[in-house]
Amino acid sequence: MAGLAAAFGSGAMTNSTPEFSQYTRCFLITGSNTTEAHPLVASHVLKAKERGAKVVVIDPREVQIGRLADLYLRPRPGTDVAWLNGLMYVIVTEELADQEFIEKRTEGFEEMWRVVQQYPPERVEEITGIPADDLRAAARMYAQNKPAAILYAMGITQHTTGVDNVKSIANLAMLTGNLGIPGGGVNPLRGQNNVQGACDMGGLPNVYPAYQPVTSPEAKAKFEAAWGVEGLSDRIGLTVVEMVNAAGEGRLRGLFVMGENPMLSDPDIQHARECLERLEFLVVQDIFLTETAQLAHVVLPGASFAEKDGTFTATDRRIQRVRKAVEPPGQAKADWEILCELAKRLTQHAIRNTQWDYPSPAEIMSEIARVAPSYGGVTYERLDREGSLQWPVPSVDHPGTPYLHKEKFTRGLGRFHAIEFQEAAELPDEEYPFILTTGRMMFQFHTGTMTRRSPKLEQEAPEPYVEMNPEDAARIGLDGTRRVRVVSRRGAIEVAVRLTERIRPGVVFIPFHYAEAAANVLTHAALDPVAKIPEYKVCAVRVEPVGEK
Amino acid sequence: MDYRNILTVCPYCGAGCGLYLQVLDGEIVGVLPAKEHPVSEGKLCIKGWNAAAFVHHPDRLTTPLIREGNAFREASWDEALGLVAEQLLHIRDTYGPDALGFLVSAKCTNEENYLAQKLARAVFKTNNVDHCARL
Repeated sequence: MAGLAAAFGSGAMTNSTPEFSQYTRCFLITGSNTTEAHPLVASHVLKAKERGAKVVVIDPREVQIGRLADLYLRPRPGTDVAWLNGLMYVIVTEELADQEFIEKRTEGFEEMWRVVQQYPPERVEEITGIPADDLRAAARMYAQNKPAAILYAMGITQHTTGVDNVKSIANLAMLTGNLGIPGGGVNPLRGQNNVQGACDMGGLPNVYPAYQPVTSPEAKAKFEAAWGVEGLSDRIGLTVVEMVNAAGEGRLRGLFVMGENPMLSDPDIQHARECLERLEFLVVQDIFLTETAQLAHVVLPGASFAEKDGTFTATDRRIQRVRKAVEPPGQAKADWEILCELAKRLTQHAIRNTQWDYPSPAEIMSEIARVAPSYGGVTYERLDREGSLQWPVPSVDHPGTPYLHKEKFTRGLGRFHAIEFQEAAELPDEEYPFILTTGRMMFQFHTGTMTRRSPKLEQEAPEPYVEMNPEDAARIGLDGTRRVRVVSRRGAIEVAVRLTERIRPGVVFIPFHYAEAAANVLTHAALDPVAKIPEYKVCAVRVEPVGEK
Repeated sequence: MDYRNILTVCPYCGAGCGLYLQVLDGEIVGVLPAKEHPVSEGKLCIKGWNAAAFVHHPDRLTTPLIREGNAFREASWDEALGLVAEQLLHIRDTYGPDALGFLVSAKCTNEENYLAQKLARAVFKTNNVDHCARL
């Protein structure tokens, strides 16, 4: 999101899912296993394809949507900036760029071009392995079919160069004038039902709700007044991975975890466990005794989505009502109630403190609307009546915003960034000759806390595995072996092996859902310097046969 | 017999598909897609169709737990929240606010995330607030 905020001034999906089937004429899909990870977003893409829209997929794995694409390009993992610069080289040199848009709505083009002109398709082929003519064809397809939408997910962001990758994507969309129009845009597909909302609500170390910086004196004063307190901190806080490391170093002593499972989702799990075990006090609020909860000093039973009222914000900034259908089991309580009860205990000495008296989530939303300008017009009554609202929705008479940056970017002019290609932090070598990349699959979800307890889903995919190209299997002498050990500098796991042409030689893929063979035992905790995202999509491993054939 | 269809949002990916939970006498018995929903248009993926399968699972936590040695024992809300409040305040007062961290959740509601960051910032005065957006 940091990359988009730098380019446009706002770090969210620019357009709306329903626009894809209605308006989009070309899709560029990269680092997104859309049909498996976001099936109902993919259905809008496939509907568009039926009426003739073009689909270009650029991904190191031939994900399902790659097989349906008009063009599928397979780069070496970790080379995204190179092929993105290559696409722009072709678009500029073949005069397919949108000159009017560049002149009127952007800045920094010249600076960017000085870098991009060093990426002719032949050089890009050397770096990425994408044939130069395929790259040219993709550039033409994207630039000549407007509106064109770029869709991406963690395959782009989970790199040490994640922010660079996103800035390059923003460059490409601006270069072709694909912003501020329905059906175009730069569209990060968020992987969790409410990851967009958690960011919007200030669940980040640097911002209050609606991205108001904690370092801004005005924002600090505003929230001190709204919350009836003094002395809010203006120091930017720690990210998840930094918190885990700080726990290991004894700088962080207490951790409150609400509905997260960093033990399985963080990079380099053994390290994460050692760090969390050093905490003086760990509280975990969740619906199951997750791997993280097992380390806790106190576990608080929360409620599932079906047991409480509230709102989720979907990937296209769509705010929708979540409604209580059943009671939580036993003594479990809605998470908002637990937080209010805890806060009242912590502030009981304060006189006439009414800050934590919320009769229901509707009143919490009223407070959010008062302090978060982009949610200013959101009420439960409107959501019940209108179904959903897309932010920014600054006032109760504002209809919401299906696509961003119409006529003007949030930051005024869109900013091009000059980005040089850099290799991933850990590259294969003699000892660890393969690139490991991790991701999701259709039937399981994230750390598996929910899906692995859903019989029909678990039955479809009960076992972890590694995908490998048959050429590689022959080369390392697998010769019919069913199980392998995958070893990195951090650890080793044993998994079944699946041979498939969908993955290019030199690369292996492991889904990260499985605690018994957690892919994140192997991954590398190297972080993007700005967004602090771990490099889950590239690390070096070796693969060894185990046991009988 | 009490039967209701409750319109809500799928708890899995960020697409935000609409679905109905079919509730019979206080128990979820099924899921139906929401025909009029602008994103899901009456369809669901296999995760959506199984969106409620974990809700009544026997592994659900039903009571607060407090660690004793290598095991947990069941506790009342009063005891558990009292201990949490005491320990968090102790850490803040001994090591300072930034010795505390708060992980909010991409699975919880907006209202809950708002309250969790408000708790960290307004009560404990730390910006050590994050969630798994990057993971």
